Amino acid sequence: MMRDWANWALETARVRGATYADARVMDIRQRDLSTKNGRVGTLAESESLGIGVRVIAAGAWGFAATDQLTREGVQACAARAVSIAKASALTKRGKLVLAPEQTHVDTWQNPFVKDPFRIPLERQLDLLLAADKEMSRVTGVTLTETSMQFRRIEQLFASSIGSVIQQVKMQSGCGIVATSFGEHEIQKRSYPNSFGGQYMLAGYEMVEALDLVGNARRVGEQAVALHKATPCPEGARTIILASDQLGLQIHESIGHPIELDRVLGQEANLAGTSFLTIDQLGKLRYATDMVNVVADARLEHGPGLGTFGYDDEGVPAQCIPIIQNGRFTGYLSNRETAPVIGLDRSGGTMRTESWSRLPIIRMTNVSLLPGTWRYDDLIADTDDAILMETNRSWSIDDKRYQFQFSTEIGWEIRGGRRTRMIKNPSYSGITTEFWNSCDAICSREHWTLWGTPNCGKGQPMQVMGTGHGAAPARFRNIKVGSAFAR
Amino acid sequence: MSAARTARRSRPRHRMKRGPAVAAEHLLSLAELRRIAERIFRFSEADETEVQIDVVSDALTRFANNAIHQNVAEQSVSVSVRTVFDGQTARATTNKTDDESLRRVLAASATLARSQPRIPGLLPMLGAQKYPKVRRFFDATAAATPQDRARMVKRVVSLAEENKLNAAGIYTTGAFRSMLANSRGLCADYEYTRAEFSVTMMGEDSSGWAKANEPDLVKLDPEELASRAAAKAVGTRHPREIEPGRYTVILEPAAVLDLVGFLFYDFSATAVADKRSCLNERMGKPVMGPNIILWDDVGHPLQLGPPYDGEGMPRQKVLLVDRGVPRNLVYSRATARKMKKKPTGHGLSLPNEYGEAPVNLVLEGGTTSLQEMIASTDRGILVTRLWYIREVDPYEKVMTGMTRDGTFLVKHGRVTGGIKNMRFNQGVLELLSNVELLGPAVRGAGEEATEMVVPAMKVRNFHFTEVTKF
Repeated sequence: MMRDWANWALETARVRGATYADARVMDIRQRDLSTKNGRVGTLAESESLGIGVRVIAAGAWGFAATDQLTREGVQACAARAVSIAKASALTKRGKLVLAPEQTHVDTWQNPFVKDPFRIPLERQLDLLLAADKEMSRVTGVTLTETSMQFRRIEQLFASSIGSVIQQVKMQSGCGIVATSFGEHEIQKRSYPNSFGGQYMLAGYEMVEALDLVGNARRVGEQAVALHKATPCPEGARTIILASDQLGLQIHESIGHPIELDRVLGQEANLAGTSFLTIDQLGKLRYATDMVNVVADARLEHGPGLGTFGYDDEGVPAQCIPIIQNGRFTGYLSNRETAPVIGLDRSGGTMRTESWSRLPIIRMTNVSLLPGTWRYDDLIADTDDAILMETNRSWSIDDKRYQFQFSTEIGWEIRGGRRTRMIKNPSYSGITTEFWNSCDAICSREHWTLWGTPNCGKGQPMQVMGTGHGAAPARFRNIKVGSAFAR
Repeated sequence: MSAARTARRSRPRHRMKRGPAVAAEHLLSLAELRRIAERIFRFSEADETEVQIDVVSDALTRFANNAIHQNVAEQSVSVSVRTVFDGQTARATTNKTDDESLRRVLAASATLARSQPRIPGLLPMLGAQKYPKVRRFFDATAAATPQDRARMVKRVVSLAEENKLNAAGIYTTGAFRSMLANSRGLCADYEYTRAEFSVTMMGEDSSGWAKANEPDLVKLDPEELASRAAAKAVGTRHPREIEPGRYTVILEPAAVLDLVGFLFYDFSATAVADKRSCLNERMGKPVMGPNIILWDDVGHPLQLGPPYDGEGMPRQKVLLVDRGVPRNLVYSRATARKMKKKPTGHGLSLPNEYGEAPVNLVLEGGTTSLQEMIASTDRGILVTRLWYIREVDPYEKVMTGMTRDGTFLVKHGRVTGGIKNMRFNQGVLELLSNVELLGPAVRGAGEEATEMVVPAMKVRNFHFTEVTKF
């Protein structure tokens, strides 16, 4: 039926005067489980099926979406998209030119071992409750939380250039959090990452491999120990970022500023613009020589939340070099924006949250490629630094220049050894100055492809998952501690 | 602040229209929602069954670089079912309304419910309730077309061009209808419309912003908002950099909303019980200034939202902070039972681990105008809007974020020009202890918090820690 619905939409759009049309049918199934303090919290499943139709008519864009999947419903939706496009034409400027793209007829599915929707709910809840119980055994832990989320997206893309692409994506995520209130402060530790844990394009095997129960006690103990830890000092220091925190640093200070729609002002009202103006492409010294960053949506990069076969504009997954040996070399683009910077093809980064939303430029897997350092050697080579791990808060200005991050936990590195625990660690800086202070990146064996499931962008707001590969890295002369300075 | 050239004022006339692009044409009626709920109750074998149905017909016209670049519409339905079997409960949701799909969503809910341990103290569903009438559905909003929105955008773009500015923003109109019903006879319904306009005006090295939303499109004035944003963009041209530090600030309502809005969950009784609220061990103590009075009041004329909570309890007006002292929390039915309190009608849809939250905050205002605040300030900063606000310290409620789109230096009682944007690290409780003047409370519209009724504020000792490059 998906094919029929798409065909009805494309045909109606053509008859109504669209010069280009594409349709996305998406069938999204999601399961959410959580526990708190030893009890089941959320226990929910949802399904959502519908179609989104995007057209160019009268030289302007229109989009409409519906879940009324009768022939009449789909045709009315396509007609609405054309009517909206004609209204858009009231203020259009210039000619709308799309970068050429070949016709693709294909299917794609990410590999996974265990379908999480076929794993008995009791087994999933037992695992979460066991991890919850382990954390609660630690004296001083005042709140324990665990969660799992699974999502299966089956989608069909069809366009007026003849492409028909079917894809199935299976996504899994899980995490645990221990919180401790004491001595008039709240401290918490998360595993394997904060804000929901780790998410990948994978099956239930990802959950099993993370060993939530085996890490639960340590998480609880660290949350309690943080109360008596040394406060983060203020001043300029060397810092080492663990790969989980570095993943978010990449997301905020590289991933967002390279979105070409932001650069061109299309997101100015909400998400903002970017300091990376087009004149800097190929010229800006973004980072030190050792820094290489790619936006790679291909499966060979790993099962990240930004991995797919084709984007939501029918363009195959690609690897775009973003920073090569420290120099800025590429943006995230789509068929509309690629020609603006002289590209003859889209970078394939158009993604949509659901059938009801217009695809927009999104990060794929924006990853820092591994360096050469073994982690132990990096620590041994560092005389005086703070190691920061697991994000607690993040904020960056609307051009993506000035940022401030704080992490759940830090460690003092002194004389080549990890020594005291540091609480309330934070650091801040200007994006290009920060990346130009990087002097060591750990090797592939320490590299993790993190999933950020909650990236918000667009109006109406869309939440998208993005991937960020990172290994621990060292940065010199970074301002620390200003978040807690009084 | 320099004055921008204002647009020619010609208000569109609103009348009910028909056609495929009109929101109201696609909304299921309350009678249709009722019939869906009745089919579910008929199919259900659960001890108790609850149905939440939401229908949406929403449209958004988005513009940037003085042209419409995205223009979208959505029609959708959501049917969410909660079943209870012998003290177990869970939720399943679908967007299909045929019999087979409704049976399947019931079965999914039942399977989820039965997979877990019994929930001690799970309360029976509520029976029929009475709710105050609220009128928040307006035909003018429901009848808006893409052409109406595009014509208004064109006028706003003309205003931008007259001021040599670049406009970006949104103009959205939508109609929404909901029903919450259960097998014990509860049936609550709510319908509303929403119109929102947000605009950023950008110059070479400056920007200005304004935003508002109203259930009734007739009360929304995009051209006035555009003029205001243009004046800010013109007034902040060639911004100067000033040293970070502690300053007196005048926060416009959007800035107050986005900062103070982060307090909302701290007033959840569950958050206090979980020891993750900043009010833990602070209830009854003067932690804010004596001029701070905070309510949760869904019935306030400037508030929106249904008059019932996620379980169908009527929402009550609650005095959260009285003259600087946190006095009351909000309670779901289950939390109230556990804490031997009365439920206040702020429960979230079950099952959940968060309990309840006040979502209709009203911060009482004063009588000082923004101009009077500026005139009374020897040296300070006027803030239009804050951005990317995140919690740094949950117990001291220290938030970080940036100023954006209209940050001015005030000297000797006058706005003297724009300054480069700055990062703040500021405790919200400390901020609310340092409020010197309050403006009249208005319905605020920001980007980081849900809408509340808030005043502008003049605050001493606001903590800016760093400055950015623009």
